[in-house]
Amino acid sequence: MFNFSIVTEWIHNLLASFMPGWLTTTVECVLIGVGLLLVYSLLALFYIYYERKICAFIQCRLGPNRVGPMGLLQVFADMFKMLIKELITINNTDKFLFALAPYLVIIASMLSFACLPWGNGLQVINFNIGIFFLIAVSSIGVLGILLAGWSSNNKYTLIGAMRSGAQMVSYELSIGLSIITMVCLAGTMSIPGIVEAQENGWFIFTGHIPAIIAFIIYLIAGTAETNRGPFDLPEAESELTAGYHTEYSGIHFGFFYLAEYLNLFIVSGVAALLFFGGWMPFHVPGWEGFNDIMNYIPSPIWFIGKAIIISAIIIWFKWTFPRLRIDQLLTLEWKYLLPINLVNLVLMVLVVVYNLHF
Amino acid sequence: MTLLDIFGIQDNGLLALTAALTGAGLVFLAMWVAGLISPRSFNPQKGEAYECGIPTRGNSQTRFSVGYYLFAILFLMFDVETVFLFPWAVRVRELGTDGLLSIAVFFGILVLGLVYAWRKGALEWK
Repeated sequence: MFNFSIVTEWIHNLLASFMPGWLTTTVECVLIGVGLLLVYSLLALFYIYYERKICAFIQCRLGPNRVGPMGLLQVFADMFKMLIKELITINNTDKFLFALAPYLVIIASMLSFACLPWGNGLQVINFNIGIFFLIAVSSIGVLGILLAGWSSNNKYTLIGAMRSGAQMVSYELSIGLSIITMVCLAGTMSIPGIVEAQENGWFIFTGHIPAIIAFIIYLIAGTAETNRGPFDLPEAESELTAGYHTEYSGIHFGFFYLAEYLNLFIVSGVAALLFFGGWMPFHVPGWEGFNDIMNYIPSPIWFIGKAIIISAIIIWFKWTFPRLRIDQLLTLEWKYLLPINLVNLVLMVLVVVYNLHF
Repeated sequence: MTLLDIFGIQDNGLLALTAALTGAGLVFLAMWVAGLISPRSFNPQKGEAYECGIPTRGNSQTRFSVGYYLFAILFLMFDVETVFLFPWAVRVRELGTDGLLSIAVFFGILVLGLVYAWRKGALEWK
């Protein structure tokens, strides 16, 4: 596999050859920031188009097809429209919290975005407890949503935010426990470490039945965590107008929209990391020629490709299942997913300790 | 392992700060651009809360159902459990059967907690 740290190392040496140390680090941090921003916004634009096309396919429509070739420029037009809409200030809002909420939502998604393994040597934040850090920062997002709902001073937003809070904290348990299940198998929490542990077979293949159960639970909990699909009660249009972001207008609303799509990518990216080997190509032990051919495909393509395919499943959920009620939602989590997850964790531990895996 | 770090920067706190500042910068820049190019118009009706066109009655930042609070408490209990399980999960292979037995006690108490909450009806949405 091509190691991208050769490129970054080369840029580092080039910069260090004519700059003092502190300036080099600053320039590199700016480069990382610009890179993150570019990938972030491009992926958001791609996801909006992608979801609209899948939705259209499921509903036997064509989807966006007028602006640009195959409607590709529609998302740019939408983004621009959002930018030129008026920012309405509401009378009785808590001004500071109202302005702070989008910052928290975007910062949380940007931090977890930077943790993902983009490719061989393309890891931005690389803590040795990487996956733990990822869970920690992604849970800041719920604070932003609660603040948005509370500060708007509107009954709909308050109910939406409370539902969202109850839903996100409940399903975070399932995400945490299925991640623990996979950490048991990997034996490390570092994100490159988890990827390298899957060199001879992705965890979904080597982890027996517990890994498959963990994947299914992760997928359900991840859908709930992004407030999507059958779990979109926080923004149930038919009851709550738009839920927690009812009072936001223009680009202010756009941030919540952006973060929702990026969280979809992050959830699928973490699923790709934990169960489908991150950027690791598809290897079959013993098939040397096949493995060599697979190694020719660059690692970022593997990672983004896997994440996009997993998101297709989550989008498919959204356009297939009807919305749940809140009592059904909480029953599903606390009475089904959590006990199943605990049993699954014990199963996985037995598999790991007595070396029953492949 | 220096090759795996981006630009050879070892300080992950700095990288996390960069990512957080990038997020904040995105919001700030977009708000600034929108403030420059978006129209402005004033109307006393515009500032009212959007509640079906009927004037809002009372304050909305008020008390709400205690059910949400109950689930938050339950979440706290199980989330702390998850945090305690992480260090053990990393070493589970090395600790072997001994570690399994010791964690079984901890795990058993937490499962008892879940069973207690279940029997008390704390998991019912009312």
